[in-house]
Amino acid sequence: MSAFNAIGEEREIDRDEFTPGVEPQPTWCPGCGDFGVLKSLKQALPEVGKTPEEVLTVTGIGCSGKLNSYLDTYGFHTIHGRSLPVARAAKLANPELEVIAAGGDGDGYGIGGNHWIHTARENHDITYIVFNNEIFGLTKGQTSPTSPKGHKSKTQPSGSAKTPLRPLSMSLNAGASYVARTAAVNPNQAKEIIKEAIEHDGFAHVDFLTQCPTWNKDARQYVPYIDVQESDDYDFDVTDRREAAEMMHETEDVLNEGTVLTGRYYVDEDRPSYTEEKKAVGELPDEPLAERYFDDDAEWERSYDLLDRHK
Amino acid sequence: MSDDELIWRIAGGSGDGIDSTSQNFAKALMRSGLDIFTHRHYPSRIRGGHTYVEIRAADHEVQSRGDGYNFLLSLGDSFARNPQEEAFYGNEEIKPLSENLDELREGGIIVYDEGLISEDDVEAINLEERAEENNWHVFPIDLRSLAKEHGREVMRNTAGVGVTAALLDMELEHIENLMSDAMSEDILESNLEILHEAYEMTIEEYDFEHELRAPEGSHETEQALLSGSNAIAYGAIDGGCRFISGYPMTPWTDVFTILSQNFPDMGGISEQVEDEIAAAALAVGASHAGVKAMSGSSGGGFALMSEPLGLAEMTETPLVLVESMRAGPSTGMPTKPEQGDLEFVLYTSQGDSSRVVFAPGTIEEAYEQTRLAFDIAWEYQIPTIIIYDQKLSGENTNVDVEFFDREPEPGLGTTLTEDELLEAAHDASGKFERFGYDDNEKNVSKRSLPGQKGGRYLATGNEHSPVGHISEDADNRVYQMTRRIEKLDSIREELDEEHPSNQTYYGDETADYGIITWGSSHGAVAEAVERLNDDGHSVKGITVSDMMPFPEKEMTEFIESVDEAMVVEMNATAQFRGLIQKELGRFGEKLTSLLKYNGNPFEPAEVVEGYEVNVAEEEREPTAQVRIEPAAGD
Repeated sequence: MSAFNAIGEEREIDRDEFTPGVEPQPTWCPGCGDFGVLKSLKQALPEVGKTPEEVLTVTGIGCSGKLNSYLDTYGFHTIHGRSLPVARAAKLANPELEVIAAGGDGDGYGIGGNHWIHTARENHDITYIVFNNEIFGLTKGQTSPTSPKGHKSKTQPSGSAKTPLRPLSMSLNAGASYVARTAAVNPNQAKEIIKEAIEHDGFAHVDFLTQCPTWNKDARQYVPYIDVQESDDYDFDVTDRREAAEMMHETEDVLNEGTVLTGRYYVDEDRPSYTEEKKAVGELPDEPLAERYFDDDAEWERSYDLLDRHK
Repeated sequence: MSDDELIWRIAGGSGDGIDSTSQNFAKALMRSGLDIFTHRHYPSRIRGGHTYVEIRAADHEVQSRGDGYNFLLSLGDSFARNPQEEAFYGNEEIKPLSENLDELREGGIIVYDEGLISEDDVEAINLEERAEENNWHVFPIDLRSLAKEHGREVMRNTAGVGVTAALLDMELEHIENLMSDAMSEDILESNLEILHEAYEMTIEEYDFEHELRAPEGSHETEQALLSGSNAIAYGAIDGGCRFISGYPMTPWTDVFTILSQNFPDMGGISEQVEDEIAAAALAVGASHAGVKAMSGSSGGGFALMSEPLGLAEMTETPLVLVESMRAGPSTGMPTKPEQGDLEFVLYTSQGDSSRVVFAPGTIEEAYEQTRLAFDIAWEYQIPTIIIYDQKLSGENTNVDVEFFDREPEPGLGTTLTEDELLEAAHDASGKFERFGYDDNEKNVSKRSLPGQKGGRYLATGNEHSPVGHISEDADNRVYQMTRRIEKLDSIREELDEEHPSNQTYYGDETADYGIITWGSSHGAVAEAVERLNDDGHSVKGITVSDMMPFPEKEMTEFIESVDEAMVVEMNATAQFRGLIQKELGRFGEKLTSLLKYNGNPFEPAEVVEGYEVNVAEEEREPTAQVRIEPAAGD
């Protein structure tokens, strides 16, 4: 018998269930792209059959970090850049949980960059949504790792001398097995991509373009956008690493020139997730470890039985 | 100083098998019925550099390294980097013979490998002359050739053990058995041959003029030889811990390794991750999802854990961390002990800290207090830290096997089941009031776990409302903050009333002079106090383990009962003395300090000398590398 009966519960799910009844009103600015992420999650989760209490949404710090204040699941609003290590351990402790991590571009690609690389490398079975608005919003408009070269801000008064980071290419190289980019202005695609990311067995990274109408007024609102799967101008195989890499590179190149390319970039359904890999080497129990603590019949090993080596 | 004890020092270069040889020899002595205490000294190098292990063995309890040693088996450093005298690091080859030679006691024995250490080098350190002055018995033996003849050169450590056993008049039985257990078949036979050959050769070729022999003793119960790191790992296992995340760093790596090797067979999970921020954050994530989890590091790595540690405090996520101190600041001396991270561990992370910190002083305490750390962390939903050091981590001592014969405690403390959640308070939207205002017995609000029906809430590092929403409401802030901080009062109350004290008392109860220490300096201080009382002084001692919440009552009683007290600790700025004065707000004029920070733990004699200089007010500086810090106002 499970101690976690919200998990795997079969029932009709209403998308309203994901909206907190006693609402903290979102504190995001009118026109903010973050609403797009929230909406796509509220739509995607019921469609993939997930109930609020079998989902753990783990966020970092920034406007994006408030996602789980407005999405009614189990939530963990952690610290700046550290959503991924918290999220992946929760998944290891209880692999039956649906774990979604989220944060901004500064959170994920800047301060948390090391965790992102390693979580992708290890291919943890979690969904990672990065709210990419190419700026630090909550701290009032500083240049971020994805800000375009020449971006002027209070901390880069003469314009940034740095070329922006390439989120898609980085993720692919690090080992993510699902990499996509979508935009808040493209809700239908966003919902579908979020659904795929949740259902993907492995690290699914969604670079989600979220316009910042307050601090990044100069930036495009990510329209018009092009879906690389729908456009006849682009033809590549998402399961082919080389073709994916090329397409990602081009997408990252043209973003700051005004062409917004979105869609699925890389999908590897064959690579086993970290949970499977760790089970295969005998270092992850078959049953969720979290269940064991509620199992009255569990036999707990004790150190007394390890003493022979010390005698 | 005791005559009925053996302090055997095996010295060589890193890579010469010093550690493994000493482990087996220590066990052999234990099996022969003796009590054991080991002290390990090594450099931060993979190959070469002077390293030694001292095994102190006696027919009575030994709780510290001794004063000096009385038997030196010097293998020389076969990985010496530069044998030229003028080199920066000097002649490394002979260091295992020449370093700390003055600490060899009068009448002591020296066995050295003349196959490696050259005659010229021995002459250069005036060994003959010094041996005569100190009545040392010197045995230059070509261990290298002996090993080569029957096996391989690297087996010269076995030859050294054979010579040792012969000179000490020991039976070979225990040593043989241990070698058979520890060695693979392909090397066992040659090692046994070498052992016997060296043993017999020594008996045949030398006249025994030395008095030192292995002490004889017996144990009434079966014994096990364990290090502090073993004890911490075993306390964790019996406390129900099945998740560890970490990043390698000396000396913490030992605990990490022991649990990583044991967890797969216990259904547990070990994760080696990208850095210590991740390590602590993983432990927080695993605990949040319902598993008893721990992480740890040494000073530099623990610095990276400050953030997740604060997150655990704010979100009231149960967590156990261990901090294995080494000499700082910065990279400091990576393989040397120091008690210099106390203030850091007590206060690191922004805001007012609410955590529990225990500093075990012995192997038994390391086990007990780690178990207790898990109990308290899950009962009170608070990070609990075990602070220890390179000394306790690596020292081995014998413990009654029966000490460990007890039931594990895997309970999740104040975590609710789904049935209990049905009865719990929820807000109008159905969110569980995880941080509610009512029924918070002992200042603890009960928790739920993700995946449970009816337990949905938000955990956040921001100040938060009962269901976890970000809140800056002043009344709520004061309630939540006060409750979190006052958990420490509830814990103090429980420690005072429901547990045997974690503080250890010794010496003459009626004394009006006190010696205070904490953590791993316990053994040396306890032995010094015993010696002082045997010598006609009147001294009482206390070793403190509860760093936070501070044992205010016990410490006040102790200090009030004496006219003056000396605080002994391995750091340069008297951190524990500072803590006492901060917590009690007085006694500054009563407390002096004896400090040591040269990379080596206290020897009992240094504490005795510190007392003499302090109390007898002798007009002299201590001879050892210790520092006296006068009382406030002096």
